[in-house]
Amino acid sequence: MSENPATSAIKQAISSHDVVLFMKGTPMFPQCGFSQQVVQILSHLGAQFKSVNVLDSDEIREGIKVYSDWPTVPQLYVKNEFVGGCDIVREMFEQGELRDYLAEKGVELVAA
Amino acid sequence: MAVADKIREKLTQALGPRVLEIVDESEQHQGHAGARPGGESHFRVKIVSEAFEGLGRVERQRLVNRALAQELSGPVHALAMETRTPAEAAGST
Repeated sequence: MSENPATSAIKQAISSHDVVLFMKGTPMFPQCGFSQQVVQILSHLGAQFKSVNVLDSDEIREGIKVYSDWPTVPQLYVKNEFVGGCDIVREMFEQGELRDYLAEKGVELVAA
Repeated sequence: MAVADKIREKLTQALGPRVLEIVDESEQHQGHAGARPGGESHFRVKIVSEAFEGLGRVERQRLVNRALAQELSGPVHALAMETRTPAEAAGST
């Protein structure tokens, strides 16, 4: 496989912010229901996050799939660690694990 | 072969599931990016399989994604999934 040109941009994003969401659209204007759900969950928990709109760049859009070995967007990273996509984030949230996970990772949760 | 049948065939081969439900949710996504006129673009699968034993959520979904790599890079735009072991499935009912 040839070197992925988006890799350094992706690494830069996930290492310079605690919580990074690769999504379609923006938190204000999500372009996909799955991305929207993850935005809502993070906002509900009061987690600040950096969002990367994959629709802005085909390189990132394809690159993040290869980087994470994950074929779909959204994708959530916390402290450089891949957490999962919409199903996983929602499941963790519904089972009350996501708040603990974020707290354990040292992510500040601001009460809404 | 219809996409749903392909999904069934591949997941059956890869995971030997006890339970396999495949729901085509494409209609809910009509007009949305990635939706196709003939449907079969957005699926939800529920899988109960021993293959998930001892695996975390990410690894479970990776197993499914790998089995369906061809479909995911082609007609299937979105795949929501529930992945449980037989023990977990028994505990939740």
